[in-house]
Amino acid sequence: MHKTPPTSPQRFYRHRLPVRVMHWINVVCLTILLMSGLSIFNAHPALYWGQQSTFDTPWIAITAVDGPKGAVGVTRIAGHQFATDGVLGSSRVGDATTPTLRAFPSWATIPGRQSLSMGRHWHLFFAWLFVLNGIAYVLYALFSGHLRRDLLPTREELRRIGRSIRDHLLFRHPTGEAAKRYNVLQNLAYLVVVFGLLPLVVVAGIAMSPRLDAVFPGWVELLGGRQSARTLHFLAATGLLLFVLVHLFEVLISGAWNQIRSMITGYYTVPSSKDPSA
Amino acid sequence: MNHRRPIKSGHPRPPVSRRGALRTVLATAGTLALAGCDRLSRNEGFVDVLKSAQHLSHSAHGVVAGRRAMAQEFAQADVAAHFRGNGTLVPADADYQALMRGGFKDWKLEIGGLVEKPLAFSLAELRAMPSRTQITRHDCVEGWSAIGKWKGVPLAHVLEQAKPLANAKYVVFRCADSMDGPTLDGRDSRYYESVDLDDAYHVQTVLAYELNDQPLPVANGAPLRVRIERQLGYKHAKYLMQIELVESFAAIRDGNGGYWEDNGYEWYAGI
Repeated sequence: MHKTPPTSPQRFYRHRLPVRVMHWINVVCLTILLMSGLSIFNAHPALYWGQQSTFDTPWIAITAVDGPKGAVGVTRIAGHQFATDGVLGSSRVGDATTPTLRAFPSWATIPGRQSLSMGRHWHLFFAWLFVLNGIAYVLYALFSGHLRRDLLPTREELRRIGRSIRDHLLFRHPTGEAAKRYNVLQNLAYLVVVFGLLPLVVVAGIAMSPRLDAVFPGWVELLGGRQSARTLHFLAATGLLLFVLVHLFEVLISGAWNQIRSMITGYYTVPSSKDPSA
Repeated sequence: MNHRRPIKSGHPRPPVSRRGALRTVLATAGTLALAGCDRLSRNEGFVDVLKSAQHLSHSAHGVVAGRRAMAQEFAQADVAAHFRGNGTLVPADADYQALMRGGFKDWKLEIGGLVEKPLAFSLAELRAMPSRTQITRHDCVEGWSAIGKWKGVPLAHVLEQAKPLANAKYVVFRCADSMDGPTLDGRDSRYYESVDLDDAYHVQTVLAYELNDQPLPVANGAPLRVRIERQLGYKHAKYLMQIELVESFAAIRDGNGGYWEDNGYEWYAGI
């Protein structure tokens, strides 16, 4: 930045109340949906492509094989086998001394003990909250100007995407005026999540409902069939998890308290360009 | 202000960094939240709230996929080479075993409860009735799917002969297989299921006696199973013995409308 730096940190109202409320509802929903989803996955820990299950040839399966000292957890992906004992396929539940054969470990599932029915109750309740919250967010983003003002990058910003990528790789964060706007990579990540991954995870989830498949018989084939939909649901959830991990990482390295506070109170302290991180 | 510490080896770490504190807070919150979820999962009132989502789903599904909406049907080429059996594969119950040894010649399906005319049909009589053949996808609650070709008599046809009374609201399917062993403290654990009249009278709801052009195998519910094509597999009761029309299933067993429902699963299995 070559502008004259502001002399004192500037407080700036960054996140409006509806965005903050919907953000935290989403945090709760996504966490519960992910972990209860893993409970459901554990009931049949294999994924397929197509209309139906080809039981002998899943493209991914988390299972256990006999080893010299008992069963060992393994993960098979496209014919390759990986040792994942202790985490995937076989893991200890709580303080237990002997491992339990389960795909995802107890610490990653809701509930902790293996229960398909309880996993479904959590998942299908919070799915409603998540979808309603998502619809409210998209409507708000469209009609309040949030989408146009904050989420869509300008042409100028898109042109400078190379520089933004470089800044991210060097862990450099914008300061001054530039820190008041989402940066272009942030814009693109949010757009991919809001208009790509989130709709995909919902539509693929809906495609697994036999009753909703009857809305227009055959529509599920647009996703490649019901088992492809189950796979896409899982992959989209994985994509969302990756987004959340990067998102949390960026929050942690760009002034975590300031970032978290701004998502609670709305106020963000604009880092001055004298800041050592600039 | 955003004070990032420059990384210099040899510098002592401040005793409590904000980031360290944040990490501890988050880890503790995570552990507590998980323990909280497990506690809530054991709280009946809370689980009832979670389970209430099925009523919302049921109503919403009824709006977007109406009462008569049809499940997708497939081509002969889509039929799975082997149709997986699940749950009971061979009922151990002595009465069923005897029927099975006799090739189900002595088996009869009884239709009773809130009907004008209680009836009973042999397999031969059911086979002589109008039939429907459909190639549909079976979706198990566990997550897998298998496509099979089913032939059977529409349940609507059987119900019309028995003439349900005006106060009949649900159709209960009673099965031959004890789920918790044939005798467990004398407690009845035979499989049962129930559906509302929308599903009972649906065109694709058939009492199937054939799978893939063969008599229904024992693993798939011989001699007769019901197909409820717009719901998950556990609604498709196998080893049918009796069909009973009721106003409410509250007085049956634990009152949840089915064996798996009594074990915590949703009664509405359209999702």
